[in-house]
Amino acid sequence: MVPLHYYLFLSAILFAIGAAGVVIRRNLIVVLMSIELMLNAVNLTFIAFARALGSMEGQVIVFFVMTVAAAEAVIGLAIIISVFRHRQTLDPQEMLLLRW
Amino acid sequence: MIVELGIVAAKALLVIFMVLNLAGVMGWVERKGSALIQDRIGANRASVLGFAGLGLVNTLLADPIKFLMKEDFIPPRGDRLLHTLAPCLALFPALVTFAVIPFGDVLMVGEREINLQVANINVGILYIFAMASLSVYGIVIGAWASNNKFSLLGGVRGSAQMISYEVAMGLSVIGVLMVYGTLEPQQIVRSQGELLGGWLPAWGILLQPLAFVLFFTAAVAETKRIPFDLPEGESEIVAGFHTEYSGGKFLMFFAGEFAEMVTSAGLMTTLFFGGWQVPYLVRDGFHFPWGTIWLLPHLAVVLLQVGMFTLKVVFFCWLFVLLRWTLPRFRYDQVMRLGWKMLLPLALLNVMVTGVVIVVLHNGS
Amino acid sequence: MILFFILAALSVIFSLAVVFQRNPVHSAMALVATLFLVAVLFLTLDAPMVGFLQILVYAGAIMILFLFVIMLLNPEALERRRVFWWGLGSTAALVLIVEMAALLSAIPAREGRIAAVAEGFGSPEMLGRTLFRDFVLPFEIASVLLLVAIVGAVVLAKREL
Repeated sequence: MVPLHYYLFLSAILFAIGAAGVVIRRNLIVVLMSIELMLNAVNLTFIAFARALGSMEGQVIVFFVMTVAAAEAVIGLAIIISVFRHRQTLDPQEMLLLRW
Repeated sequence: MIVELGIVAAKALLVIFMVLNLAGVMGWVERKGSALIQDRIGANRASVLGFAGLGLVNTLLADPIKFLMKEDFIPPRGDRLLHTLAPCLALFPALVTFAVIPFGDVLMVGEREINLQVANINVGILYIFAMASLSVYGIVIGAWASNNKFSLLGGVRGSAQMISYEVAMGLSVIGVLMVYGTLEPQQIVRSQGELLGGWLPAWGILLQPLAFVLFFTAAVAETKRIPFDLPEGESEIVAGFHTEYSGGKFLMFFAGEFAEMVTSAGLMTTLFFGGWQVPYLVRDGFHFPWGTIWLLPHLAVVLLQVGMFTLKVVFFCWLFVLLRWTLPRFRYDQVMRLGWKMLLPLALLNVMVTGVVIVVLHNGS
Repeated sequence: MILFFILAALSVIFSLAVVFQRNPVHSAMALVATLFLVAVLFLTLDAPMVGFLQILVYAGAIMILFLFVIMLLNPEALERRRVFWWGLGSTAALVLIVEMAALLSAIPAREGRIAAVAEGFGSPEMLGRTLFRDFVLPFEIASVLLLVAIVGAVVLAKREL
């Protein structure tokens, strides 16, 4: 059986890559995808702990994380679409003004 | 251990072999069937030594050779990698889905019990939907990688259509799962062998008729065949997502569509038409409700069940072909309206009514 | 064990591709592969239900939505690389990894041993029981959240109501 550490470490790496993606990328859609990657790394931690502790709560939390991730993706993409219609760009650096 | 592995490998090979062959034969059924419906002769040009074999030579021998000999064209400004990956993504989900569909009861060889199903997972139905949801990628990626506006239009249409109908499909199955109380396909088929009132087999179609209608409609939409062939849309966007495909890759898209048909047919059989169940046939032979008993040897029972399963699957495949060549196409807004405003509310209603009925029956007994 | 290392290596490679592919469609496909591999990792951790849901919800629905939006907007220009942000991002990630590694290696090995679990752990029955017995209120809140998301998406994305 693979020790718990390994899963946690893998999830740490995935989380860090996702975080790096949020900072590095200049395309809002990819930034959103990097956030999904980070959420997934957290999910992996939850599942690993659920297995190690033998309790179902960890798996149930992943359910809720997926729900929130779905809601977040839908709203985020809708915002991106409406911003793109006004500005013809996906670069967050060019969206510094609060008004349309 | 090695014997078990060998058995699993043999079952997997058998199922792949059956699905691919059935998909190949479907090509023949489609061409000859369409000819029959449109009152023409159809596929009879190729022949070996003057033998055309009702078009079999043409569709099963000449067509594949022609496809494989053609130039494999990749659009110069398209995406090489994804263009090649897309047909694989289209074919793969259709083939792996069949792994959890049971094609027979247990086969006894000496002391060993062989479950006639490649993989028995306790969340089998969920596995089917997970894999089916991946089949969109073939279209979307293929369409995008072609760098062609008609392809892209087909891909955008396809992704929206398939997500919409997946929702309706998943919700329509919920009622069936509630009735049988399990996600294991083999368990669902076993429960359908019970008799209602001592004489009527408890098949899904009798318990969940509305769910079947919804599921069937959604399944046709998922296979992207004619009443719902918007991603392909031959009369408006050339050939939709596979405009830029030729040769072997086009053949893979084609085979993927037929394999998907076979898989949907298998799924419908499993969920609504008793899978491998033959009415009144149990493990030692026929037990008719009027008291007659015919005992049969074990092997005969198993063969009857597997034969029955195949027969039901073939029937549904034929129904798909019949639908394609008799119905007119939908317009795109009609497809969306049908999916979201009719199938989805009806599926939700079905879940609610089923829940109420189950609770009432549960408290009544 | 070998399976874990293969899956882990592949998922790291694909997640790196998500960040470093300059074409958004390639990034999205790499993310799909990562999500698929993580789902397989869930299966190795006795969570079949959650694993298949992950494929169904993430790979099957959310990522298709991403691809749909990418294809709808079809941004032509590839983004320019910016050295400053690139450096900042990778430094932050490296610091994060080193920190996590330090933290994890401080835990004694016996704490991390994985206990055997009861038959049926992670099955739909058990998951449903926990979800609808102990987490009913969060479940209802999640459904309201989804409703809000649907309404919000329609309001935001529709040109005129």
